[in-house]
Amino acid sequence: MNLKAKLFHNRLINMHHDHVILFNRLRIQITHKRRSSVIGLSFISLWIVGYLIFALYPIAYSFYLSLFKVRLDGGAIDLTFEGFNNFAAAFLYDPYFVEILIEYVLEMLLNVPITIVFALLIAMLINQPIKGKAIFRTIFFLPVIITTGPVIRELMNQGATTLPSIESYGIIDLIITNLNQAIADPLQALFDTILLVLWFTGIQILIFLAGLQKIDKEIYEASMIDGAGPWESFWKITLPQIMPLITVIVIYTTVSMSVFSLNEVIIYIQNVMLGESTVGTLTTGYGYSAALAWIYFTVMVLIILLFVGLLSIRRRSRV
Amino acid sequence: MMKLSEVPKRVKNFPQGRAYKRLRKILFGMKFTDGLFYKVSVYALLISLSYIYLYPVLYMVTGSFMTMEDIIDVAVQWIPSSLNFVNYQIVFSEIGYFSTLFDAVYLAIVPAISATVSAALVGYGFAKFDFPFKKLLFILMIMTFIVPPQITMLPMFRMFSQYNLLGSIRAFVYPAILSNGLNAAIFILIFFQFFRMVPKSLIESAELDGANAFTIFIRIIIPLAVPSIIIVFLFSFVWYYNETYLSGLYLRGSDLLSLPLRIDQYISNFTSIYPEGSPARERMQAVKLAGNVLTLLPLLTLYFFTQRYFVESIDRTGITGE
Repeated sequence: MNLKAKLFHNRLINMHHDHVILFNRLRIQITHKRRSSVIGLSFISLWIVGYLIFALYPIAYSFYLSLFKVRLDGGAIDLTFEGFNNFAAAFLYDPYFVEILIEYVLEMLLNVPITIVFALLIAMLINQPIKGKAIFRTIFFLPVIITTGPVIRELMNQGATTLPSIESYGIIDLIITNLNQAIADPLQALFDTILLVLWFTGIQILIFLAGLQKIDKEIYEASMIDGAGPWESFWKITLPQIMPLITVIVIYTTVSMSVFSLNEVIIYIQNVMLGESTVGTLTTGYGYSAALAWIYFTVMVLIILLFVGLLSIRRRSRV
Repeated sequence: MMKLSEVPKRVKNFPQGRAYKRLRKILFGMKFTDGLFYKVSVYALLISLSYIYLYPVLYMVTGSFMTMEDIIDVAVQWIPSSLNFVNYQIVFSEIGYFSTLFDAVYLAIVPAISATVSAALVGYGFAKFDFPFKKLLFILMIMTFIVPPQITMLPMFRMFSQYNLLGSIRAFVYPAILSNGLNAAIFILIFFQFFRMVPKSLIESAELDGANAFTIFIRIIIPLAVPSIIIVFLFSFVWYYNETYLSGLYLRGSDLLSLPLRIDQYISNFTSIYPEGSPARERMQAVKLAGNVLTLLPLLTLYFFTQRYFVESIDRTGITGE
C-alpha cells in the first residue's frame, strides 16, 4: 500500500481520482477519452518500443551505413563518407548484381501472376461441391508447413522441383531457339521452378477460398436464370468480387517470394555483408551491402506498385 | 429389311433423339456445372495438381529409404528395392537427432510463445482503444511486413554482437516479445480482427463491475480468444522452426542450431571429405533426404493434428472483408 502511494503520489506524478498533476505544476483532467488512450497506448507500448529498436533504428542505421565505406576494426567501426557512391557502384561496377537483379525482376513479373492464377484456379476447384474437399485442402496447404530453405534447396539440387514430364515435352528448347534471350531465360527458369512457384500458393489459396465462400450464392442463381454460363459468371461476378483480395495477395506473394532465403539476390547481399564476395577492388562489406539491400527493397516496392497500379487501372476501366 | 433411304433420315434426326438428349444431360447436365464432363474435369485437375504438390514429398520419402544400389540403378525410380532404415540410422547416430530436435523445438517454441503473448496485447490495444496517431502507428505496423530482413539485418547483427546476443536464443526472443519478430504484423492483424468483433458492451459491463483494463484483458478477453491464440502460436512456431536465414546469421558457429541447419552443416562437412562422384557421396543423397524427412516429421505430425486451425486462420485475419 505504501509502495502504491509512493508510486502514484510524488513530485513527478500525483494522481487523483479525476485529475493528474505532473511535475507539481501541470494539472491534467482525467476524461474518459484520455484514460482510454493512455490504456490503449500502454497495451501497444511493447510494439512501440520494439518498433523503435528493431525496425526504425535498424532501417535508419542501414540507410546511414549505405552512404559510407565501412571498415571494422575489432569492435570499432570506421566510417568514410561516400555519398551515393555505393549505390552508383552497384550499377556501374557490379555486373553480377545487376544481372541477378534483372533476373529477379523478370522472375517476379512472371511468377507472381502465375501464382495468383493457379491459386485462384485451385481455390475455385476446391470450392466446387466435390468429395474429399478436406483432403485436397490439406494437400494444397502442405507447402506452407514444409517450405524451409535447406529442404527446398536439397530438393532443387536433386531435381525434385522440376517435373520430369515438362522437360520431356521439349517446350523449353522450342522457346529458347525461337525467342529472344531476355524472354527465354526467365521462361526456362519458370519451367525449372514451376513446382517451387506452385509451392508458394498455400496461403493464397486459403485467402481466395475464404473470399469465394463469402460470395452470395443467390447472385449466381439469379445470373443463371438470366442465361449466364459459368464462363460469364466468373468474369462478371466472381472476379469483381474477389478483386480486392487480389491486391492483398499480390503484395503478400511478392514479399514472401522476395524474402525467401534461396533468392539469389538475398544470398548475394548476405555474402557481400560477410565479406565472402568481393567486387573487384570495390568497397565491399557493410556499407556496400546496405546499399544493395536498399536497392533491392526499392525494386521490390516498385514491383508491388506496378502490380497494384495495373490492377487499379483494370478496375477503373471496368466501372 | 430396312430400306437404305431411311438411314440418312435417322442420322439426321439423331441430335433430337431421346438417347442423345439423355447422353447430353449426363455429360453436361442441366446447367453444365452438374454434368459428368464437368465433374470429371474438376477431379482430374485436382488430382493432377495434387500430384504436383505431393511430388517433392513423395520423392523425399521414397528416396530416403533407398540403398546405394537403388540410387545408382536406373530401373529403380520410385519404389526402393527393400525397406531399409540405414539412412535414418546414419542421421540418428551422426547428428544426434533427438538432442538436435530438442534444440530446434526450443529455438522455435520460446520465440513463438513470446510473439503470441505480445501480439495479443498489441492487437487488443489497436482494436479496442482510441489514441492519437492510431492510424499512423497502425500503418507503420503493417509496413514492417514488407521491409525485407536484408535491410535491418546489418544493424541488428551489430547490435546483437555488441550486447552479446549472438549465438543465443535471446536474439530471437527479444524482437518477438516486443512484437517485432518474424511476421509479427500478420499476428497482430489476426488478433486485431478478432478483438474488433468482441462486443463493446461486454467490456463496459465488466468496467462497471469495477474491473480495470488489465483484469478485463486477462479474465474476459483471453478466454474468448483461444482459437486465435492457437492459430498465431502454430503459425509462429512453424515459421520459427523453418527459419534458416536469420538463424544462420545470428547462430553462426554456436552449438545451438535449428534442425535444418544442423543437418545442412553435417552434410556439407561430409561432402567436403569425399570427392565428386564417389560412391559415398552418392549415398549422401539418400542420407540428406532422410535428414529432410526427419526435419519435417515433427511439423507434419503437428500439422496432421491441428490443420483445422491453419485452414481457419484466413477467416480470422478478416482480409476477406467482414
